[in-house]
Amino acid sequence: MLRASTTAAMLLCASLAAAQPAPGYTVTGDAIAEPLGGLRGDAQRGRAIVLDRRTGLCLLCHSGPFPEERFQGDLAPDLKGAGARWSEGQLRLRMVDSARLNPNTLMPSYYRTTDLTRVAAAFRDKPVLSAAQIEDVIAFLMTLKD
Amino acid sequence: MKARAAALARLALATLLVTALPRAVSQAPGEPPAGKQSGYAWMARETRAIQDDALANPGMLSVLDGEALWARKAGTAGLACADCHGDARLSMKGVATRFPAFDARLGRPLNLEQRINACRTERQAAPALRYESRDLLALTAYVARQSHGLPIAPPADARLRPHVEAGRAEYLRRQGQLNLSCAQCHDGLADRKLVGNPITQGHPTGYPIYRLEWQAVGSLQRRLRNCMAGVRAEPHPYGAAEAVNLEAYLMWRARGMPLETPAVRP
Repeated sequence: MLRASTTAAMLLCASLAAAQPAPGYTVTGDAIAEPLGGLRGDAQRGRAIVLDRRTGLCLLCHSGPFPEERFQGDLAPDLKGAGARWSEGQLRLRMVDSARLNPNTLMPSYYRTTDLTRVAAAFRDKPVLSAAQIEDVIAFLMTLKD
Repeated sequence: MKARAAALARLALATLLVTALPRAVSQAPGEPPAGKQSGYAWMARETRAIQDDALANPGMLSVLDGEALWARKAGTAGLACADCHGDARLSMKGVATRFPAFDARLGRPLNLEQRINACRTERQAAPALRYESRDLLALTAYVARQSHGLPIAPPADARLRPHVEAGRAEYLRRQGQLNLSCAQCHDGLADRKLVGNPITQGHPTGYPIYRLEWQAVGSLQRRLRNCMAGVRAEPHPYGAAEAVNLEAYLMWRARGMPLETPAVRP
């Protein structure tokens, strides 16, 4: 029963997931070691999020090893080899709240909903990605080894 | 020798004036680092050709509409723009380079669209035109076209200054769910690529513009709302004080650049 409800919660769309209390996290050094909410990411779903320009938004600024994707950004490091350059925990903090590492960064804090200004009504009090989506993206980025 | 000394003294004075006077504003952040460049500089040759050819530039249709409206009587006062202002080619020359301008009676800056609407309601006794309506864009484009090629010249008006400063603060402020400021992209990352498209320096040199993405003519306010939506911030209502301040700052930032109305942009 508990397992069923957990699965259901994970399947909820981002807007509904945002209405749930967002799982907290602990920063250690430049990383968040533990998966958000203890969730296990799915690399396939993560890939879809990374490539979706309205969900992950990644390719607006980043390029990556996706030769089939036209119009990628060059404002941020290439995602190629991200899984070799960073640990899972390091990637997690860089997605959750990159500004904590570099206050001037262009990288949005994907999991932060506070200390923001004039957020459009449709996005207010919602993270860019849910805990589950962030874990999916991390699982996918960890597969980018070369 | 004496002439040389005098020349040196003049040069020193000029240097002193140049460095002392505009320092408070010109060396602050929010200034493009290198030379100013219009969005035109990043356009494909084909798009430039469309802008440059008055017969191919779709924005010129709006200018022609505006020319007709200029001469047409409106409102219960039975006046056309031309009845007071005469030949726009003479009377409106250079006007658009000085907007937004401070309106003493209203006690706030008005952009060109708002100035035209003020004329309509106060002089012509006609209803104000809706923002982004075909007629308001046309009149604005027609008036601005009369400044084509003239340098943007924001008025040195002390009353405008706090609004320019407020606009600058807005430009530098991070906002929206993506928490980005105008400056981060248009100062820091101009020339780099967002989704494969070059980021420009964000100078409003050609409004109203014909934007291929819109398949229509639109105002600077509309373009600013697009950027706000892009960073998932609440767009300012059309003509809101904050948006006009931002417009005033952007025109100040683009001072000296030639007006291109109607510009064509991707």
